[in-house]
Formats: sequence, C-alpha cells, structure tokens
Amino acid sequence: MNPNKKRLRRTMMFLNAQKPGLIKDPYIYKPDSIMLDLEDAVAENQKDAARFSLYHALQEIDYRGVERVVRINALDTPYWKEDIRCSVAGGCDAIRIPKTECANDVKLVESAVEYAEREFGRPKGSVLIMAAIESARGVMKALEICEASDRLFGIALSGGDYTKDLQTHITGTGIELMGARQNLVIAARAAGIQCFDTVYTDLDNMEGFRQDVQNIHLMGFDGKSIINPRQISIVHEIYTPSEKDIIFAEKVVTEIDTKKAQGIGVFTVDGKMIDIAFYDGAKRTIELAKTSGVYKGDL
Amino acid sequence: MINAVGRDIPEEILELTGKEVFHGNHYYDGYEYRKHGPMTRCVINSNGSKLVDSIHDVLVKCGIKDGMTVSFHHHFREGDYIVNMVMEEIHKMGIKDITICASSLGKAHDPIVPYIEDGTITNIQSSGVRGKIGEAISNGKLKGLAIMRSHGGRVRSIVTGETQIDIAFIGAPTCDDYGNCRGIGGKSNCGALSYAMADALHADKVVAITDCLVPFPNFPAHISMTRVDYVVEVDAIGDPAKIATGAAKPTTDQRKLMMADYCTQFVVNSPYFKNGFSYQTGVGGASIASTISLAKEMKKRNVRMRFGVGGLTKPMCDLLINDQVDCLLDTQDFDLDAVESVKDLRHFRISAGQYADPFNKGAVVNKLDFVILAALEVDVNFNCNVVVGSDGMITGAQGGHPDTAAGAKCAIVIAPLLQGRIPAICTEVTTVTTPGESVDVVITDYGIAINPRRQTNCKEDNLSV
Amino acid sequence: MEIKKPAMAGTLESSDCQVTVEAGEGKIDLELNSAVINQFGNQIRKVTFETLERLGVKDVKITIVDKGALDCTIKARIEGAVYRSLEQIEHLPWGGAIR
Repeated sequence: MNPNKKRLRRTMMFLNAQKPGLIKDPYIYKPDSIMLDLEDAVAENQKDAARFSLYHALQEIDYRGVERVVRINALDTPYWKEDIRCSVAGGCDAIRIPKTECANDVKLVESAVEYAEREFGRPKGSVLIMAAIESARGVMKALEICEASDRLFGIALSGGDYTKDLQTHITGTGIELMGARQNLVIAARAAGIQCFDTVYTDLDNMEGFRQDVQNIHLMGFDGKSIINPRQISIVHEIYTPSEKDIIFAEKVVTEIDTKKAQGIGVFTVDGKMIDIAFYDGAKRTIELAKTSGVYKGDL
Repeated sequence: MINAVGRDIPEEILELTGKEVFHGNHYYDGYEYRKHGPMTRCVINSNGSKLVDSIHDVLVKCGIKDGMTVSFHHHFREGDYIVNMVMEEIHKMGIKDITICASSLGKAHDPIVPYIEDGTITNIQSSGVRGKIGEAISNGKLKGLAIMRSHGGRVRSIVTGETQIDIAFIGAPTCDDYGNCRGIGGKSNCGALSYAMADALHADKVVAITDCLVPFPNFPAHISMTRVDYVVEVDAIGDPAKIATGAAKPTTDQRKLMMADYCTQFVVNSPYFKNGFSYQTGVGGASIASTISLAKEMKKRNVRMRFGVGGLTKPMCDLLINDQVDCLLDTQDFDLDAVESVKDLRHFRISAGQYADPFNKGAVVNKLDFVILAALEVDVNFNCNVVVGSDGMITGAQGGHPDTAAGAKCAIVIAPLLQGRIPAICTEVTTVTTPGESVDVVITDYGIAINPRRQTNCKEDNLSV
Repeated sequence: MEIKKPAMAGTLESSDCQVTVEAGEGKIDLELNSAVINQFGNQIRKVTFETLERLGVKDVKITIVDKGALDCTIKARIEGAVYRSLEQIEHLPWGGAIR
C-alpha cells in the first residue's frame, strides 16, 4: 500500500492551477494538502493553458512536503484524460475525481492513472485517488465508491452541487448537509478510508466557519476543504488534541504495549475500560499532537 | 575607501562632501561641536508687515541667486504644491545651480525634472525620491550630488552647518501675518510640522507660505514668528485629498497578515514586551496589520504601552482612544484619524530633531523598545536597502529607518521573500540604507530570521529561535 | 514545428506573463517587455530560447509581456501559446518536448 494513503489531511486548500501568483508558494500557509484545480476555477477556454502551468508547477516548485492533489475535470468532459496524463507526468501525489456517481467512475480514473504511470515511468500505485461526491446519487452509492479502488484514500463532500441536486441551498447552518455528511463519513469509515468536508465560502463569517469545523470534527471527518489561507489555522486549532486527550492517549498506548506483553487484554486507565480497540485512536491522537506541534512526550 | 559595512566609497565623494566613511553606529557618541546659527535680520519697527504679495517678490526680498540652497518639508506628501510652485518661479527668474534640501520628495514633484535637466537644480538632498526625479537622478541627469539622508540625519546636517539653508519655504496650513505657523486648521490640515522645525531654526531666511491666513496670534504656534522673515498667501498649498487620506482599509492580503502575525508573536514573546514598553511602526500594509494584531494581544495579556512614536495612522491613534497607551509622540499624520487625534492632550507633536537627530543630547528613537520597519531588500548580513530598486533606480525614501533601527532595542524588518520574481532577501543589497548591526530580526512570509549578533541573547532569554 | 496561426497564452496579472506567437520570417524574433528586464532580461531570453528549441520552433515572432513571472510560468505560457497555435490539446509530449 502507498504509505501516503493514511497521511494527515486536516486542510486541503483549493488553488486555481492557472494562476501563477497562487500556485508559486502556497506551502507558506502550511496546509496539509493543496488542491490544484483544473475544473471549476479554470474557465472553459483556459483548460489547455492551465495544464502547462500545472505541469511546470508540479515539476519545478518544491512544495515542501505539502501533498499535491489535482482536481481534474469531470468524466463527462473532453478534458479529464489529458488532465490525468499531465498530472501524473508532472508528479502529482493524488487525483481528485469530481462528481463521482458510482464505483465505475473510480475504476475509469484508476485505469487511466495506471496507464499514465506506465507511460511516464512512475511506480505503479504511486498516484492516489480521492473521489468528490456531489449528488444525491453519489451519496447513496458512497460505500461502493469507497471500496472501488485500492488507490482511493478518501472521499469528499462537495456541498454546492449536492445541495442543488437536493433542491435546497447552502444555509450556513449545516442542516441541508446533515444526511450527506453522516452518510459519507459512515461509508468512509466502513471502507477504512478518509472523509473530507465541503468548503465554507463565507470568508467574512469566521465565527460561522469555526462552528462548522467544530461540528464536522465531532462528526468524525478527517479534514476540511479550504478556499482561503486564513481558514487554515482555525481548522488546525480545532483538530489539535487537548492536553487531557494527549495524556490519556499516551497512557493508553503505553498500557496496551505493556499489558499485551503480559497477556492481559482488558484493563482500566483513569477508571475507563480499555482494550486493543482503543489503540489506533490513541496512536492517531499522538500523531495529530505531533503534527500540531503540541506533543512534548517521547512516544 | 571601505566603510564599516564593506562598501567602497569613492574618494571623490569624500572630498566633495568632506565626510568620513561610515564607522559604525556609535562612532560619534560623545562627539562635541558648536551648532550652526542662522543669519538673522531683526524686525524692530512695528510698522512693518511680513506679508509679501507673491512667491516672486519674496524670492527677490530674500536675495535669491545662483548656487543657493532652498529647503522644503514633506508634510503634504503626494499632495504638495509648494516645491513645484517655488521652483517654477526660481526657474522663471533664470536662477541656476540651486540645491534643494527637502525632508522628502515624491511623485508629486515630477514637474521639477526639467529644472534638473536644464541646470536650475544641480544638487538634491532628501530622505528619498520617487517617480521621475528618481529616474532622472539614476540616469545621471543631476549635475551635482544627490544626498539621501534619514530624517535624523537631515536635522544633524542642518544643525551642524553641513547643509546651510539660504531660504526655507514652509508650507503652513494656517499662519498669521506675523508668521506664526500651525500644522492644523485650514484646507491643507496636515496635523504636524515636525520636519520644518530645524529649517525654521537654522535657515538664514524663512518664508511661510499659507492658503489660510488667520488673525494674529495663531497660537500655540508650531513654528514661531520669531523665526519667520516673510509670509506669502497663495490660493492653495496642497491637495487636501492627497495630504491626509481616509484611514487605509486594513489589508486582507493573507501574506501580509501572516507576516504581521509572525511579527506580533515575536514581539509578545520577547523580553521587551511588558508594561511600559515603547513602539514605532511604519505605514505599510503588514506594519499596520501588526499594530492591529498587537493591540489585541496587549488587551489579552493586559500589557500597556508607555509611548508610541513616528508617523501616525489610525491603528496607533486607536491605542490612545482605547486607553492602551499613555501617549503618542507624533512626527507626521498620514490619515484623517491621525490629524484628528492631535486634539488629544496625550498626543504630542515632536520635531524631527527631537525624534531622531543623532547630534542631539539624546533623541526619542534611543528610548524605543520596538520598531517595525519595511525594506526593499535585506541581505544575509541584515543590511537593509529602502531607497534603491534592485535595478539601480532610486525609488523610495528611508524616512527614519536607519535612525529608529539604530535606536530601538529590537528592530524588526518585515519584507516578503519575493516581490514578483525579485528576491527581497539577497546576498548583497543594492545600496546599504540601514546597516545590519542595527537590525535584530527579519520577518518574511517564509519565516523569521534573527540576526546572529543577537541570538545569544535570545538563548539567554529562553526564546525559541 | 511550424507556427501558422497567431495564438496567445497567459495574462497580465502579477507573477504571470502574456505570450503571443505568430508566423516568423525565417528566424526567432523575440520582443520582450518586462518590469524586471534590468535584473532578469537575460534569464528570460535564455528560458525562451531553450523552450522554443525543445519544442522545435525555429521560425516565430514571439512577444512576451512579463509581469514578474517565474521561469516555470514563462515556459508554461510559451508552450501554451505554441500548442494553441497548432490547435493541439491532447496527446501532448509531457516530459518530452514539454519539460
């Protein structure tokens, strides 16, 4: 398995791949991933030009460890195949499929990616895939989408198109997204992959954004799509584990390690019943704490 | 001859100016000298009036002739009419070989370029130049020398007599017929007249030019009648819209906000950030954003500022309004909020000499804890360039950059790593405006660099570097 | 590669450049307009000639209006204009002539 499949992705920042001023150094804002967009952000008559700009950015700009995902054009357009060739040749880390409706969409992209890996001499499996779900049908097919490919590291909700399909609109309260969010995060967890929430477009309402992130954090999402660097620190702050969580996670990890050696399966930490099922979660908390720069221990 | 920042200064320039090369910030500490006094023409007869009909007439009365030095202040910034008005008249009179000694010159003064080309103006002394004057000087059109001095350095040069001003022209928003000038009131309200004070004290002839003549006495006067020879009333001394603008909207540029945030984080985690600290900042987007975010941190951490200094803008004046600072020391007012703020009794106007003259018995900049500055270029030795573009064109003004950096305990320079594709951080700056020994910290959008000369202190103070 | 019809790529935004290509007169004819021409003029010319050479373009009138673009952007805009002129938008030689 590609070791990056489970990397930390709290923030994925959308950037128009056609804008040199945007793509030259987004890593200074320290998002976990950037999403170089060939789709909606790029005008119909600039689709060709955007690819050259994308290719050279991927080849020549050192993004300092920030994951580089490319959002290709939808599968019902004439662009997506060349988008994949360009992205894979350029050396992207992952491809995001827009408007994913079924498992076959993922499989189509998977085979095009695999072909491009061969064509451009990249190791098989080095390019990951994520699927954006933007329709009622996609939400209903979420589990089959999640299980369609080994390359698929996660799915993302795209709220704008989804709410239109649902014949409602983005309200800012999240009520219109409730079912989809719940459904997607459950499907992703069932398939053992990650799940990402939609963008929050009202840049003047930072309080509303904070509330939105708090909600999706509690719902179990791995991260959120971002449209402006100023949203990043808020997401990272909310995803930073509390000191209490970190201490507890540390105890869980050490206790499980020692008790396992002694052949004990169930025991208590701070009065809570603990077994091996807590192990991954506790490890994840420690990893998050490390990335957030708040971990002082030595696990 | 090689100076203390490693630059080779041509012997020819040293001979022409009679100056030594730069030996380091404190080379002149304790130096003793006698100040230059002006030629003074006494006014005893009470029948006389100081009012003169026109710029032309006043030039005649002042005995304008070839080779003289005339001075101007820049409180009207890009709205200034005075320089062009006076130079046009001097040009018409066929006078040649004039030295302009201005506290600063900007794009508003593009119209004097032909006078540089035809030899009316042969020497320029300023804090910096922009626009077409900068191009003209850079292209070698000026026959004599262009000397760029800091605000403090200009006062030093006037006080010591290195620059002898023959006629000082002082644009005054309000003035009475006996020459009492104030920076406030009238159409061209600019708040303060700090940069004109040294001119008034040391020039042989002092001419006040106003577009708002008020009855005697125009008190309290910022520039006293005891220093003024003549008063001229004209239709307009400046364009009010360009003198003091509305408060700049706080930047939404995420890059600048991030640098401002880095800066504030640095400030609040430094040992100088405690009750009673002092602070100065410039007027760039990131500097203003730093003041705004610093105000929030001061409130959160319950820390109060003793005094703020310099050219003022709304965010600094807000500190006064919100009672987060004891007083402001003002050298110029960039926006209408700052002009309005001068009414506050805790808002003090100071002269450029009080502010930064190194040949004083002590200037305000020496009492600064923090100064937040910008730069066109910073090199790996922390030398800053504020005046010359990396293509060699003179295109900026240093203001109090070298003065405050030398004086403040912690001088922070904010510069984006790249401007387009021009790197702001380089191996060697095009021109050294402020020596690296003055600069403590450089903040870019890519991170923070602390001058190695200071890092030991940081370690002692337990700061993370 | 032969430039037949005029084509343009890029914008006049900061950090970008606008490149126009049209049929040449038997040689490469470069007109460069840049705010940073004094510092980077030679570098921009070098990148331009190298990019055209990789694309096999020997006969072109090329105009670049540069707004402080990095080399990677200059290359992308030249390639964009050249392939637009050829009306080729698929099966592009990524990693070959384009690199």
